[in-house]
Amino acid sequence: MLSSYPILSTLIWLPIIGGLLVLFAGRNNASAAKWLSLGTAMLTFVLSLPLWFGFDTTTASMQFVEKVSWIPSFNIYYHLGVDGLSMPLVLLTTFTQVLVIASAWDVIKERVEQYMGAFLIMGGMMTGVFVALDSILFYVFWEALLIPMFIVIGKWGGPRRVYATLKFFLYTFFGSVFMLVSFLYMYYQSGSFSILDMHTMHLGMTAQTLIFLAFLIAFAVKIPMFPVHTWLPDAHVEAPTAGSVVLAAIMLKMGGYGFVRFSLPITPDASMQLDWLVIALSLIAIVYIGVIALVQSDMKKLVAYSSISHMGFVTLGMFVLYDILQNTGTLQGAQLGMEGAMVQMVSHGFISGAMFLAIGVLYDRMHTREISAYSGVVNKMPWFVMFAVLFAMANVGLPGTSGFVGEFMVILSSFKANLWYGAIAALTLIIGAAYTLWMVKRVFFGPITNENVENLKDLNKREFAIMATLAVAVVVLGVYPGPLMEVMHTSVENLLIQATTSKL
Amino acid sequence: MNFVIPAFAPAIPEMVLLAMASFILVADTIWSKRYQFATYYATQISLLVAGYFIMTSFATTQVITFDGSFVRDSFADILKLFIILVSLGIFLFSKEYLLQQKFFSGEYFVLGLFGVLGMFVMVSAHNFITLYLGLEIMSLSMYAMIALRRDSGAAVEAAMKYFVLGALATGILLYGFSMIYGATGSITLPEIAKIIDSGKADTVVLSFGVVFIVIGLAFKLGAVPFHMWMPDVYHGAPTAVTLYLGTAPKIAGFAILYRLLAEGMPGLVSDWQTLIIILSVLSMIVSAFVAIVQENLKRMLAYSGIGHVGFLLLGVLAANPDGYASAMFYSIVYAITGVAGFGMIIALSRTGNEFDKIADFKGLNARNPWLAFMMLIVMFSMAGIPPFIGFFAKVIVIEEVVKAGFIWIAVIAVITAVISAFYYLRVVKAIYFDKVEDETPLTPVSSELNWAVSLVSIALLVLGLMPSSLIELSYQSIGVQ
Repeated sequence: MLSSYPILSTLIWLPIIGGLLVLFAGRNNASAAKWLSLGTAMLTFVLSLPLWFGFDTTTASMQFVEKVSWIPSFNIYYHLGVDGLSMPLVLLTTFTQVLVIASAWDVIKERVEQYMGAFLIMGGMMTGVFVALDSILFYVFWEALLIPMFIVIGKWGGPRRVYATLKFFLYTFFGSVFMLVSFLYMYYQSGSFSILDMHTMHLGMTAQTLIFLAFLIAFAVKIPMFPVHTWLPDAHVEAPTAGSVVLAAIMLKMGGYGFVRFSLPITPDASMQLDWLVIALSLIAIVYIGVIALVQSDMKKLVAYSSISHMGFVTLGMFVLYDILQNTGTLQGAQLGMEGAMVQMVSHGFISGAMFLAIGVLYDRMHTREISAYSGVVNKMPWFVMFAVLFAMANVGLPGTSGFVGEFMVILSSFKANLWYGAIAALTLIIGAAYTLWMVKRVFFGPITNENVENLKDLNKREFAIMATLAVAVVVLGVYPGPLMEVMHTSVENLLIQATTSKL
Repeated sequence: MNFVIPAFAPAIPEMVLLAMASFILVADTIWSKRYQFATYYATQISLLVAGYFIMTSFATTQVITFDGSFVRDSFADILKLFIILVSLGIFLFSKEYLLQQKFFSGEYFVLGLFGVLGMFVMVSAHNFITLYLGLEIMSLSMYAMIALRRDSGAAVEAAMKYFVLGALATGILLYGFSMIYGATGSITLPEIAKIIDSGKADTVVLSFGVVFIVIGLAFKLGAVPFHMWMPDVYHGAPTAVTLYLGTAPKIAGFAILYRLLAEGMPGLVSDWQTLIIILSVLSMIVSAFVAIVQENLKRMLAYSGIGHVGFLLLGVLAANPDGYASAMFYSIVYAITGVAGFGMIIALSRTGNEFDKIADFKGLNARNPWLAFMMLIVMFSMAGIPPFIGFFAKVIVIEEVVKAGFIWIAVIAVITAVISAFYYLRVVKAIYFDKVEDETPLTPVSSELNWAVSLVSIALLVLGLMPSSLIELSYQSIGVQ
């Protein structure tokens, strides 16, 4: 029964159609818009659960496949499917979607139906990015996604929203067009736009290098990596809370997903040759961006920089595999790094989403994100601080939280690759703890110095429910990551074989 | 010499248009006083009748008549059908606009109909004379249409500019024709192709001829560096005329480009390919940068049009049937998008307010969220962002360029696409992000306009989700696959 209906198409089109309905039905009726959106998001999440329960962990091939011809003259298919790499990200998307809608409940006053509609449409497209198996279909979702996000940041954002949203749009657009040219080149070579065909096609070294660089630009901008990360702090700071959550929890993951779905399997030889570049940029991100986070006075900016730093772990974990293979001769250590990177992506989805939501809770009450405006929040909002400190600890990577699992695996495997990689990466345990805990100390603890803090009210039921859900997710994933890794295991093994098989 | 009566049947659509246009021209003077819209309806009906004749006798094979001067093939028929489709839209919007701006007159429609006749002749041209004839019928109608508003200084200036430069371009084109004729001794396109291939013609004269022809065409299409007239003319002309200028003639322009270069001079590809590359790359780059600083939407769309011509030429420079088909697809998409863009300006304009400045669009989302959303679709489609049809138009021409081995041109094209995204985003920014004092609802003066502009815009989305039939139509009519 589970696979008798096109589950992936449902997950893409249900929120998009729901979003369009909200746009039209919700005009002049804010509460209808809200309930319709929440209903759609929850239904989508429930419908996405069969992916987890019906998933076959013993195979690396695509599951829940749908394939229909779309543009026959160019061999373009409406081809969907998930494997262990994409399935968790789809669930992360549908899960975050519900929280995002709930988080905006009382906060957005102006044109609620457009806000909710934009997020629902975005949700469907993000699922589309993770499940598309045709490169043109993938590109369509990847790019179309920019439109609702552009509107969300530009319309409901902070004072410099127009600058931030234009920068966001143009950066990502610029990054992705080279990827498009690469797709077209590969189509010209192989006659197919299918991503799976691209995995097996032969490519010369020059072509591989150029395609690798084109992909690197696209995904590095999205994830983002140093030095093309500068759009992210701007976009995060100006975006409304829900926008930041979606950006951090899901959109950044698209970059990471791109590396494992495109760069490594399609251009393995170029990846091997240029892995030093990605590793160097990752290490710079981990340390340098971490230090930058330390000096931020705006909470959202601090978390934004911390996201970039954490994404450095993802790319590091993905690209240490060639050094490990060279040192140890086996792929076992590499498996650890790659799985660590994937776990880190999912876990960061929860943690960063939670951090931005927590900041949103404070911002809704105080209308400022300046760290210096706060002090002693714990006295007035004990429940809130309990959750916030838990998320902060997870951000630091405390054992028992999800943040620990991914980081630990990546650090372990990078020690296998090179002592220095491991040593530099491990610095984050200090830097991350420094910027996070310092912020916690300044904002939540200490005496109350601002009279506005005196009047703060603790979480309401809605906020409590959101925070509690995320807290459960963070702790469960931290204590018992086994099932998630089991889901990924076979696909990661397959990916490592692809990434180490020469295509020359 | 025996006089043989040529086969008239293939030219029935043209004859219908000619007869109707001549009839309406006379009848308009009689009925315009009593029935204001008679001319308008007669014009639309003429187009439908011509379309009906094309549909019922759709050409599956090539038919050549009038002593080799006229050709009817599926390429011509499909382009003519799209010219009709686009013109129906143009006249619908124009009627409302002319009424609103209080210079409604039958002449607009008569001239417009003659222009469509000219485009038909261009599309079916099979020798230099027919091609020239069609081009001039179309151009002369357009000169007069721009000057229709006699009391507007800008319009008269635009008409004058267009007339002088257009005449110059025609002169250059004719000069090129005469050289090719001098070298080959023929004016019929396939014969010229044959003689060039046989190697008997003087290559120096041929090269000169090609250069002049390409320059003449570049003038007409508005490719950089022969684009100077476009912004002024688009800006100065009444919006209804700009709508006309900026859409249907581009389809016809592509047709003569195809007829001349691909059918007439395939043997000289090494000569004209370089020229087209230069024109294409320059057009894309110049338009991307200059459009950014425009404050007037019509002017901005003129520069954006120059960029679109650059993209269209990408398909032509590939110099193979696939490439021409992609350019054909691009020209059709471009014309439809143009109708939506200028149609939106018309739909929002009021007596005394042309609504053609980007600043006019500020806060449109608060004043009319539906049309704001439609304009968003139009802008993103022009920018080439999926899932709108403009994306596929760009992807396909770029794909053909990559196939032809010009990856560097593809890279330039995508970079200019990113830069030009900025000026389309500026319009979206004005609509959605800018706040205005005056938030009074703004609806088109007639529900007809509202429907028409929504229909065209939604078509951009629907075609973007299901582009395959339109793509296949283009590829089949050029004779590939």
